Amino acid sequence: MKPFDYIRAGEIEDVAGGQIIAGGTNLLDLMKIQVVAPDALVDITRLDGLSDIAEHEGGLRIGALVTNTTVANDARVREGWPLLSRAILAGASAQIRNKATTGGNLLQRTRCPYFYDTSQACNKRAPGSGCAAMGGAGRMLAIFGTSEHCLAAHPSDMAVAMAALEAEVEITNASGETRCVPMNDFYRGPADRPDVETVLGDGDLVTAVILPTPRAGERQTYRKVRDRASYAFALVSVAGSVRMEGDTIKDVALAYGSVAPHPWMDQKVVEMLEGETASNELFQRAAKTLVPETAPHPDTEYKITLLRRTFIAAMRQLTGLADSAGTDISRAHS
Amino acid sequence: MKTTLTVNAREYDVDNDPRRTLLDTLRDDLGLPGTKKGCDHGQCGACTVLLNGERVNSCLCLTAMHDGDEITTIEGIGSPDKLSALQEAFVKHDGYQCGYCTPGQIMSATAMLKEISDGAPSYVSDDLQTASLSDAEMAERMSGNLCRCSAYPLIREAIAMASEVKK
Ligand SMILES: Cc1cc2nc3c(=O)[nH]c(=O)nc-3n(C[C@H](O)[C@H](O)[C@H](O)COP(=O)(O)OP(=O)(O)OC[C@H]3O[C@@H](n4cnc5c(N)ncnc54)[C@H](O)[C@@H]3O)c2cc1C
Ligand code: SF4
Ligand code: FES
Ligand code: FES
Repeated sequence: MKPFDYIRAGEIEDVAGGQIIAGGTNLLDLMKIQVVAPDALVDITRLDGLSDIAEHEGGLRIGALVTNTTVANDARVREGWPLLSRAILAGASAQIRNKATTGGNLLQRTRCPYFYDTSQACNKRAPGSGCAAMGGAGRMLAIFGTSEHCLAAHPSDMAVAMAALEAEVEITNASGETRCVPMNDFYRGPADRPDVETVLGDGDLVTAVILPTPRAGERQTYRKVRDRASYAFALVSVAGSVRMEGDTIKDVALAYGSVAPHPWMDQKVVEMLEGETASNELFQRAAKTLVPETAPHPDTEYKITLLRRTFIAAMRQLTGLADSAGTDISRAHS
Repeated sequence: MKTTLTVNAREYDVDNDPRRTLLDTLRDDLGLPGTKKGCDHGQCGACTVLLNGERVNSCLCLTAMHDGDEITTIEGIGSPDKLSALQEAFVKHDGYQCGYCTPGQIMSATAMLKEISDGAPSYVSDDLQTASLSDAEMAERMSGNLCRCSAYPLIREAIAMASEVKK
């Protein structure tokens, strides 16, 4: 690691002084190989008011420092938003989830191998240097939302669940002013600045994630496909919740992981499904609408089939066409 | 950076470069080499310790961030003449070959058994409301500890045995 000044933040104003560290499970990894080399490190773990899960307008406000384990184990989350518990538990290991925080998980960096290799060109790590993944190896890359400057995918499982649950990110600036942005407006596409990943400005701190009221009676699931059964990043994932009335599909919410620079959502697909009778034929048509025939990198072509199949499997689970482990019913958490 | 740590119920004052990880502090400054360095990047679990009672990878902790915290290492849960139930079960069931991953496995399993008794679910739990110790549950819950010698079946047997003893 390059030397840095260590600052223990006591107040929100201290945050503007350097690179934020929370659980450190992503940042220290990157600092050890000098992909990130801050002059100053601001430890936010002792800031007040960021470590609780509180009831909030029928939903929950999850403080940015609440650990991934605490969210996944919270009785209210397990009851009302089971897909969030499942998604978190599908990620990393118990050790990492004990340390990883809600804010840090949202802001974790990509797993593109060239981002990690300081001898390679990477616009995300060194803006303007180029993109070694183009023409290189890239089976973890995105298939949606990429640009000619970066093809990287966002690796978080938790963020995908939160997008499907229509969560909002609460941001506080150095003067203590707070604003809330929907998950999907929180992340920016790569365009010509892949190094700028979110709408956070200098001195902005993520202070919480707000979950809206759960829809009781919904079936929820998080399906993750990976190279080994556990402790591996997703190749693709599908977070979904559906409410059925008989055979008719009612409210649908879906988000897709490890296929885009941020949790991917597609309103066209939701519209194709809502109000229709659940059937394999419908899901196959929707899967084709969701995933086009071509991928931006030859190594990710397999994701076209994989995401379609995972989507169909998730929809069969959520609509009751298939009985499958890992389907949870959301209860009102009162 | 001056930091006070309580390790295995004993208080230590350390004065470290802020870059020092908890793993290096334990091994190199406090003379507790039981905790192992496998990857130094959070990928193997060899460095697992309990931080305020919860399992974490000590290679991904900066010592300076843990002023006032309580740490338990493999040296703190038993001694050669008084092994913990898990340590004894690993010996009895040959839960290792080279032994390099073993301290991490045992610290991780120590925390895992407590998580199950606290009712914490896992990704493979059928129902998020209950926690059990089936073979599949154990494999999932211990997935943060790799064993290069692949002693996994015997590690799971040892844990199952220790959990019987606990009951
Ligand atoms: C071996 C391994 C396997 C993993 N597998 C998975 C997986 O399968 N799925 C998955 O989803 N994740 C996985 N992860 C990633 C893990 O989830 C993240 O490392 C973790 O969530 C990051 O949280 P943290 O608190 O430790 O963040 P830190 O490392 O402290 O910070 C990460 C980034 O967020 C910024 N930051 C942190 N908090 C805030 C805040 N409140 N406001 C503004 N900026 C902030 C930091 O400046 C930094 O840039 C894995 C990690 C490892 C090491
Ligand atoms: S895909 Fe993005 S992260 Fe990967 S090398 Fe290209 S610019 Fe860097
Ligand atoms: S040495 Fe810490 S996880 Fe490998
Ligand atoms: S016993 Fe050799 S690595 Fe596990």
